Parts: sequence; structure tokens; C-alpha cells
Amino acid sequence: MKPNNSINRGLLLAAVLTTTAALILSGCGKKEGAESGGKKTNVANIGSDTMVNLAAAWAEAYGAIDKTVVIEVNGGGSGVGIKGLLNGTAELANSSRHMEDKEKAELKEKRQLDAKEFVVGFDALSIYVHKDNPMNEITMEQLGQIYGAAGKTTKWSELGVTAIPGAKGDEIIRVSRQNNSGTYEYFKEAVVGKKNEFKLGSLDMNGSKDVVELVGKTPNAIGYSGMGYANPSVKMLKVAKKAGEPAVAPSIASTHDKTYPISRPMFFYTAGEPAPHLKKYIDWTMSDAGQKYVESTGYVPLPKK
Amino acid sequence: MPSPTTAAVPPAAAPVLPRARRGTAALLTERVIEALVYLCGISAIVFVFGIFFFVFKEGAPMLGKLDFTEFFFSKNWIPTSSVQPQYGIGALIVGTLSVTFLAMAIAVPFGLGAAIFVSEFCTGKTKETLKIVIELLAAIPSVVWGFIGLSVMSPVIIAVFHVPVGVNLFNAAILLALMSVPIMVSIGEDALKAVPDSYREAGIALGATRWQLIYRVLLPAAKNGLLAAVLLGVGRAIGETMAVLMATGHAVNIPGSIFDPVRTLTATIAAELGETSHGSPHYQVLFLIGVVLFSITFVVNLAADFIVKGIRKK
Repeated sequence: MKPNNSINRGLLLAAVLTTTAALILSGCGKKEGAESGGKKTNVANIGSDTMVNLAAAWAEAYGAIDKTVVIEVNGGGSGVGIKGLLNGTAELANSSRHMEDKEKAELKEKRQLDAKEFVVGFDALSIYVHKDNPMNEITMEQLGQIYGAAGKTTKWSELGVTAIPGAKGDEIIRVSRQNNSGTYEYFKEAVVGKKNEFKLGSLDMNGSKDVVELVGKTPNAIGYSGMGYANPSVKMLKVAKKAGEPAVAPSIASTHDKTYPISRPMFFYTAGEPAPHLKKYIDWTMSDAGQKYVESTGYVPLPKK
Repeated sequence: MPSPTTAAVPPAAAPVLPRARRGTAALLTERVIEALVYLCGISAIVFVFGIFFFVFKEGAPMLGKLDFTEFFFSKNWIPTSSVQPQYGIGALIVGTLSVTFLAMAIAVPFGLGAAIFVSEFCTGKTKETLKIVIELLAAIPSVVWGFIGLSVMSPVIIAVFHVPVGVNLFNAAILLALMSVPIMVSIGEDALKAVPDSYREAGIALGATRWQLIYRVLLPAAKNGLLAAVLLGVGRAIGETMAVLMATGHAVNIPGSIFDPVRTLTATIAAELGETSHGSPHYQVLFLIGVVLFSITFVVNLAADFIVKGIRKK
């Protein structure tokens, strides 16, 4: 009876060990299989951090449509993507700004290719306040004064808002985003200024939805987020480029006609004409099926053709 | 009272095998299993040092480049500046410590009070129900607590305390207190239960009231266990991430009152590490914050150890 028991124990141990080994081996095997699978074409898609979530959503969805192409998405910034095009490490660059003439010339010189530009969607940020806030319009300069480190505005009365129902005190509660999100980066660029800093002490939320949620619960708050996140407890402010100019409400139409100040197009760049498999991908992202993801990740889709 | 000898009987009664009947296979198995048990025994040490080593390794390249006076005492946390990044975690340290301190100020009286009530005053059904409900409190995921803080407590705090913002130090401290109370209650109750009944009997025989018995006899006797309960609660509060990320307001700010928003070390790592490019200075500084956090909990645990040992010597 007893020796039998120890043999059983030995067997159990052996079983555990072999299973572990098998698991490890099968894990390795899988990886090798995917790499040596052969027919797959990889596309290096690098660039803008603003677009990285959208690009990843596209890449993932496209995996189910065309199984022969693998889109590998990486962030790093629009500049990183364009640099990748220049030295050939990226085939498709995501950029939330226009490619500069200097960069286009460099591409011509280095690789004898012309940069090809595709507008794949728009990025627009709405300014949210609590629904009971009597304010309806704001200028870009006022926003800079509220959010910028050098800005002087800290109280609602300084903006001419004297009584917000339900608000306690006069302080402006600034709601912002965590400092490495694309939204934060774009708002900084558009409102605070690229070379300036945000005023510290803002409530830095960890998602576009959280910003709107918090503004809806806090009568003293102001925040920025994608326009797709509006809910009944908040209000979107109209934004004017300068004092005296007409304020424009954020909408898909005002983004398309470029009258809304806090919006910008998002681009794909390729070096020269894209290869057929890449062209197919780009066309798909710009089609209705692809544009669906622009909306679901919080951006503004292209005008319907 | 259970006698300690009854517990020791089964191993003594187990039959011992004669050595000669063991084959080499059995001996080998024994060796392997011995080694495995040994590994399990020391695995905690290996893991602790392993984790510390890897966290430190990720952050180490930044050590030479960082101005430590600025790192610890500046309140300017601007790691993604395109002009001049600044890595000051002073405000974050103050945030972590203030939230933990306020949470403990709320949780210790409640937690220990509940432990005394459950252990000394409750009997039968009440006791069972209370214990189950308190354990349920511990089972609520921290993201749910955070959600409660953000959407339920925040408007209430604004309305009741007449403050401009509802996600703040106070909000997070209440959540952390609620999260650490269950740990304190169960460990504290165990500690009180471990005090021999003969102490209670002697106290009552001397004519002590219930309160005198608790205050003069039980609390001093269970001191070690109660302290461990409180310190585990402190550990829970310092390490908590998701709830404080959502409920503190996550603002780089040195609080002037308990209704100011703050930001903690843990929440900063959680919010920023995900989208920071691997190996950048920002990434490395986030790992150094991890080292700082690790050091804080290490010091808390070490202090607890010394205090407990000091009490034992007396």
C-alpha cells in the first residue's frame, strides 16, 4: 500500500511537470507558427498619439476582413511617424498635423518619393460646463486664461458668470485629462499653447467619459472632451476664436467647414503611392465601415459622400 | 479552551516507515518534494526582492539625471512638457500621506470599535450576520468604490459641506476607511478572541464592569494583534489605486483643507504608465515613484515589526 502511494505521488509530480513543459512548449510553438506562417504582410503604422486608439481599433477590425495583412500600430507622436516615413521604418504614418514642407523635401531627397496625404477623420474637442451654468459662449483667450499656467482667471465672476444654481463659491474647477493622452496634448496645443504649460491643480481624469461625468456632477466645473460624450447633465459651450467674433457650436458640420476653432483633421501619410494591400486598407478606413470606428472612438467622421 | 496537545496528536500517531523498504524512486521523490516545499517557503523572499529589483532596474537610468531635492520637494509634476519637463512628486507624496492619514483617523475608531463589539458583545445570530456583512464589505471591488465616490458621494459632499468640488481628499478618505474597516474588524476580532477566557473570568471575578474589562484587560492583552490590524489597514490604504484615482479628483495640489482635491502616487502610476512610451524619462520616473511607494510600505511594515517586538519584550 505504502510504496504504491509514493509511486502515485511520483506520477502526479511527473504529470504536473509534463503538463507545464507541454504548456511552455505549445506557447513557443504558437509564436513560431505565427511568425513563419509566411503569407502575412506586416504594415508598420506609426505616429500620432491622438490617433493611436483609433488606429488600433482599425487595425483590429481589419484583421477580420483581410487576414493576409497585419497592421502593427505604434504611437510616439506625429513627428515620430513622419520620421519613420523618411527613414523607411514606417509604411503608414499617422499624423494629427500637416506634414511640413521641409519634411516633404527631405522625403524627396532621401527616398525620391512624394508624400501622399489622406484625411481619415477629424478631432474636435467640446468645452463642457454644468447644465445649470448660465454661460453659453467662451473665447479661446478666456480658455487660455483659465487653463494656462500664466492665466489669471480662477473665478467664474471674472467671466461675468455670477450665479450658477447649486454652485458653492465662485471658484472655477478645471477638469482636464492625464498628461499623456492625445486629448490633453491637443488641447494644450490649441488652447494653452505648445510652449506653455497647464496650470497645475486641475482634476486630471483618466478618460473622456469621466471628464463629462464629473462636470455633470460639479456645478463649478469646466472641462474638455470629445463631442460624442455629451449627456443631459452637461452643456457644450459655443467657442469664438477671438472676442467679438461669432461663437460657433461644436458639431460635425462646423468641424467640416473649419469654423469651430478647436478641431483639426487627422491624416495618414505614405511615401509615394501606397502598395495595393495598403491602398486597400486606407480605402477601407475611409469607407463607411471604417468611419464607424472614428465615431466610436470619440472623433468626428469624414463628411458622407 | 482547546488544549494544545489534542492538535499535536495526529502526526505523532502516524506510522513511521522502516527505512529499508524505500526504493530509490521513493527517496528521489522525497528529495524533490522537499526541495519544492523549501522553494515555496522562500518564494516570498524571492518575489519581494525580484519585484524590487525589476522596478528599480526600470527606473535606474534616471537616477543620475534627477535632481532629488526637486524630485521629493517640488510640487511641479509636469512630465510631458515639450519645453522643460519637471518631475516633482512632493504634492503626490503629500497626497498619499494625507489621504491615508485621514482614512485611518476615520477607520481606526470604527474598525476597532466594531471588532470589540463583534467579539465581546455580540452572540449567536447577530454575530454571524454582522461577520458575514462585514466580509461582504471587503468583497466590493475597488473600482465600484471609486464609482460610488465619483457619482454618488461627490454631489452629496457638494450639497452637504458647501464646497465647490465633490471629488476630494475627504471623499477618498471615506472610501479608503470603508475599504480598510473589514480587514481591521476581522483581524482585530481574531486578536481579541485569542485572549484566554481566564483573563475575562478573572476580571469579572474581581468585580470589573464590562467597559473596565475591555479597557484595562482585553485591549492591553490583544495589543499586538490590534496593532497588526491597524497596520494592515494602513497598507491597504496606501496601496489602493483605482478608488483613489476616481475619488480624490486626481489633481496635483497640496491640500489646504480636507475638501481640496489631491493626487496619490499610486493613481499617478496607474493613470500615466499605460500610454507612456517604454524607456522614456517619464516612464523611468514613474518606476522610481514605484520604488518610493515600495520604500514607504517597507518602512511602515518594518516599524510595525519593531513596535510589536518592543511590546513583546515588556
